[in-house]
Amino acid sequence: MYRYDEFDHAFVNERVAEFRDQVGRRLTGELSEEEFRPLRLRNGLYLQLHAYMLRIAVPYGQLSPRQMRQLAMIGRKWDRGYGHFTTRQNIQFNWIKLVDVPDVLAALADVEMHCIQTSGNCVRNVTSDPYAAAANDELETPRVWCEILRQWSTLHPEFNWLPRKFKIAVSGAAEDRAATAFHDIGLRIVRGPNGENGFRVLVGGGMGRTPYVGQVIREFLPKEHLLSYVESILRVYNLLGRRDNLYKARIKILVNTLGIEKFREAVEETGTRRLRLAIDLPEDEVRRIASYFTPPDLPERAPRNEALAARRESDPAFATWYRNNVLPHRVPGYASAVISLKEPGRTPGDASSDTMDMVADLAERFGHDEIRVNYTQNLVLPHVALADIPALYDALAEAGLAVGNNELLGDMICCPGLDYCNLANARSIPIAKEIAKKFEDPARQDEIGKIRVNMSGCINACGHHHAGNIGILGVDKKGTELYQITLGGSPKDDAAVGTIIGPGFRAEKVPEAIDTIVETYVENRNEGESFLETWRRVGAAPFKEALYGAR
Amino acid sequence: MPSVVTANRLDDGIVVYLASGGAWTEDIAEAARAEGEDEVKALEATAEEAVRERLVISVYPMPIEVKDDGTVDPISVRERIRASHRTTLTKDWYDVPL
Repeated sequence: MYRYDEFDHAFVNERVAEFRDQVGRRLTGELSEEEFRPLRLRNGLYLQLHAYMLRIAVPYGQLSPRQMRQLAMIGRKWDRGYGHFTTRQNIQFNWIKLVDVPDVLAALADVEMHCIQTSGNCVRNVTSDPYAAAANDELETPRVWCEILRQWSTLHPEFNWLPRKFKIAVSGAAEDRAATAFHDIGLRIVRGPNGENGFRVLVGGGMGRTPYVGQVIREFLPKEHLLSYVESILRVYNLLGRRDNLYKARIKILVNTLGIEKFREAVEETGTRRLRLAIDLPEDEVRRIASYFTPPDLPERAPRNEALAARRESDPAFATWYRNNVLPHRVPGYASAVISLKEPGRTPGDASSDTMDMVADLAERFGHDEIRVNYTQNLVLPHVALADIPALYDALAEAGLAVGNNELLGDMICCPGLDYCNLANARSIPIAKEIAKKFEDPARQDEIGKIRVNMSGCINACGHHHAGNIGILGVDKKGTELYQITLGGSPKDDAAVGTIIGPGFRAEKVPEAIDTIVETYVENRNEGESFLETWRRVGAAPFKEALYGAR
Repeated sequence: MPSVVTANRLDDGIVVYLASGGAWTEDIAEAARAEGEDEVKALEATAEEAVRERLVISVYPMPIEVKDDGTVDPISVRERIRASHRTTLTKDWYDVPL
């Protein structure tokens, strides 16, 4: 993984010292709250419902065991012993004291982490495929480009005060596992006309109040022009994006107002005009950064492990976990293992400090010192020898973390909702827990198959409800929490925004409604058909009929 | 409908309520209650003074209901959650009292 050089260390330490001074000046009154708020937000510190919340960047979702242990320590020492992994591969602590934040930031800097630009109208943490450099369908690791974008966008003087926040995701695999189509800029590494790799560039995707699937602005962009092209997109957005209306300020609104053709013209004209001034990275620098992302040295292993095969035969729970949570690896004899943070009864995405320590230990024992956070709020050990999979499972089982529900109904994405969040209109976690309880039988989840259920406690859609095959949105209707259901969303290559199926449901009725939807799918599906395929074939009518009858 | 004034403490962000005499309390039952617009404005003025003194931030009034047994309940779900100083989740492995 990328290692800070002297400049990086100095840069982050200076930032910590700067914020320590700013906190001090806030406490002595030299800074008013109005002056301090943008400064604290630029360092990831929000004021939420119960307390301050600190959002820590996990660049492209990659953590070392040392970093994970530091997060565990921060949770114990300065919070309440747990953290929340988010849909943008970050981690949030919910009960942080303002007076402690400088020390927390210093502790993060000690392990090459920070909170810079995890809030504010700037380029946020660049997200990526959690299986980068491990997936067997990968064309090229996206992390090099994520890191280049991260360094380029951090404190970028021109793009530090954009009309609104700006989110970029990069994927280098055949399958989109980073929801690139729902980002302000989505970058897919693709093979070009001459066999070289480059980027398909999507722009204007996003969720929130006005959801849009990103549109292709450039089918193929040579890799060496990435920064100048992204710069052109941001420059056009910075100039033309609306600043008069918070709800119309994201780039998706600009792209859809201008139309993709006009937007493309503006971007490419800007790029051409400035070509000689372009800031494309010299190849030496790309190589320097790429050198940090050399895959781990994986000793040769047999492609098949007999002990593992025998365990799958003899232990049904292990077999279920293996089937759902273990993914193929590009190197024979290895796999990627998903550590689900979705055990029924737990808050999706939450991990205790003890869990974080344990995952760090497991990454050292079995995972070649690498941990990833995926945007579905789970953890991943990307490089595990097949021979070590049973021992990994046993360790997880002992800790109550061997939940074999990856990508199944129990693997819901869920935002913190009104239990924590200042913006939320409704609670989401308790509903998610009730749904998890209703579907806790692993056999039933297996029978239903892969299905994405996502839930948000407000229209901002941190829980990606728009992209859920089944999406749940909490709204406030005259003081009562009500839940709208959308169907047919997808975060993948067939990205789609879900359709509202009808009137909302009261909280206690939501699990039953999800059950009805799932049963309707199971009754209507053809052999091997996914939820989305069934939905697209039969349409809304049978689901509406089942949910609302003749009303 | 009576109101109380709420805020978050500056140094730790914890939810607090303006009590009598300009003190701040974490217990909504101890909050000073205002009846009518003038009393609300008076509480807000006191609270704004505390903002200037850097004790609290994010000050606003909110309606409450006083039950027959004298207990106080905020009207909105949001404010009931804030007043409880915890999530509404069933007792979690990490849900510890303040």
